[in-house]
Amino acid sequence: MNLEQVTLLLAAAVTSGAPLIFAGIGEVLAERSGVLNLGVEGMMLVGAVAGFAAVIATRDPWVGTLAALGAGAILAAGHAFLVVTLGAEQVTTGLALALFGTGFSAFAGKPLVGIPNPVPFRAISVPGAANIPMVGPVFFQQDALVYMSYALALAAWWWLSRTRPGLHLRACGESPEAADAMGINVTLVRYGAVIAGGALAGLAGGYLSLAYTPAWTENMTGGLGWIAIALVIFATWNPLRLLAGAYLFGAVDALGFRAQVLGVETSSILLRMLPYVFTLGVLLLITLVRRQAYGPAALGRTYFRED
Amino acid sequence: MRGASLAAALTVGAVMLVATGHNPARAYGEMVVGAFGTAYGMEQTLVRAIPLILTGLGVSLGFTMGLWNIGAEGQLAVGALLASWLALSFPDLPRVVMLPGLVALGLAGGAGWALLPAVLRAWVGVSEIMSTLMLNYVALLWVDYLVFGAWADPTAFSFPYSRRFSESATLPALAGDVHMGLVFAVAAAAALAMLLDRTRWGYEVRAIGARLPAARYAGMPVRRNILVVMAASGALAGLAGMGEVTGVIHRIQQGLSPGYGFTAIIIAWVAQLHPWAVVGVAVLFAALLNGGFVIQTMGVPAAIAAMLQALILGFVLASEHLLRRVRRRRAVAATRATLAGGS
Repeated sequence: MNLEQVTLLLAAAVTSGAPLIFAGIGEVLAERSGVLNLGVEGMMLVGAVAGFAAVIATRDPWVGTLAALGAGAILAAGHAFLVVTLGAEQVTTGLALALFGTGFSAFAGKPLVGIPNPVPFRAISVPGAANIPMVGPVFFQQDALVYMSYALALAAWWWLSRTRPGLHLRACGESPEAADAMGINVTLVRYGAVIAGGALAGLAGGYLSLAYTPAWTENMTGGLGWIAIALVIFATWNPLRLLAGAYLFGAVDALGFRAQVLGVETSSILLRMLPYVFTLGVLLLITLVRRQAYGPAALGRTYFRED
Repeated sequence: MRGASLAAALTVGAVMLVATGHNPARAYGEMVVGAFGTAYGMEQTLVRAIPLILTGLGVSLGFTMGLWNIGAEGQLAVGALLASWLALSFPDLPRVVMLPGLVALGLAGGAGWALLPAVLRAWVGVSEIMSTLMLNYVALLWVDYLVFGAWADPTAFSFPYSRRFSESATLPALAGDVHMGLVFAVAAAAALAMLLDRTRWGYEVRAIGARLPAARYAGMPVRRNILVVMAASGALAGLAGMGEVTGVIHRIQQGLSPGYGFTAIIIAWVAQLHPWAVVGVAVLFAALLNGGFVIQTMGVPAAIAAMLQALILGFVLASEHLLRRVRRRRAVAATRATLAGGS
């Protein structure tokens, strides 16, 4: 592997990492407020199809981006209603959401199959920065949504760890009783976090149909939503570590697609197993290393004020 | 409650049909006629019910013990893979050897694929939700790898399927297209209902699943039960996969299951994890699936079935918890009133 190939691989890792950053940060927000949302895969698929449909209708990639965000938010609001207001079991409800998103996107997206995206997001070179050796081609010759993914990870880290509303959100996930006693509206914060997280999952899906692929195909997420959930555990619910993790997973993903270009003689089908096997291996490793749980203390626990 | 959830899901489905330019009354009518209206339709519904019953029983057994086996789709694929290996490698085996061999390999394939996450959960503590899910993708890619490669039908010009199985590797039919897998499915439901309700092991599984402190104090073997339950859960899915390749498609191919293993998760919850209810819900869901395929000729995407099934679960969850909340609020209000009256 020569320097040029390494650069190409790293640039591909940053591109493949973008949807994982969007979906992963979204899940970090929901989980740190105390709500597990396993529906990421479904929200991504609906975001992908909604974004693509909006682009076909308006020929504006930004309208597509908004549609993807909105679609994810609407589904997440349903999840929030079931688990926060009604107290439904979070794992079951999340699985139902994942399956609904898969079914709904296939149903609604049927007429869109096979249409190319007329206005995909294209790479924009950042003047100056794009010419830095290695760093330029890897980070600064990307499309607009990838640039947003950097900003999002930094902003989420800063907001969660350095601001008062961020502290309130974390309090809801660590001890809703204490948060309530502090005068925080736990229900409102959890709704907000879940809906914002869903919007980001929708954006992650939208990234696939608006920039990465760029078209709509049934089940186009191929498990990325689940990998994003694994990534949150890997990143110990920290947005900056999530950014690094997303690039690691992105690199594995890119390696699977590019191994043959790099001269590895293996079946491309076997290489496509790489991200899933890698995820499983990473989960095994971090469970072995960390003996105690690092997640938000009240993750998955319903909080009702009157109880 | 279940009926109301079904009605609510169909109503939402109707809105979506209208929104996509279809006549919902006609679409639903065609679905019912397609699923139950003709002898052929009934046969197809039962054929699709077989893998749904088996995988539904498997995942509900896991859920009963609090084990989230989301991997039925992959376990089904590996059961199908091992059975196909026997059918393709030894096509001339006599039936008396072949059929038990197919059943044994189907069971073993599913059980083996489920044991890996079971070991990771029991000894390391890796969430079985994530591990079973990742293994689904790996299993389906193994199918692709073999049907595009070593097992590809040489006469099929790179269509992703194997040669047709021999006569001896064909599961006997009961009536028309309905194969012997239906007997396995009903027998499995009967066995599970009996084991869970009437045996010490069944009590252990339910007690561990309910996180009863008694389960721990009584020294119930949790680790051993994780292995046993996951293996049994996977074995049922593997048997379903064996039934699909030897009883329905008579070869192994890419996309051998239209998501039976995922639908199974919905079936398990809608049936409240009860084995006989799983059979009933599986038949209903098979009818939806079959009806979905039938109305494709009207231009309605078959995915309407998957969407309706997930909506039914959503409404079941919502209605159950809504009732629970209302009752709880009333109880709290009543207690407050009593306390206020007493002071």
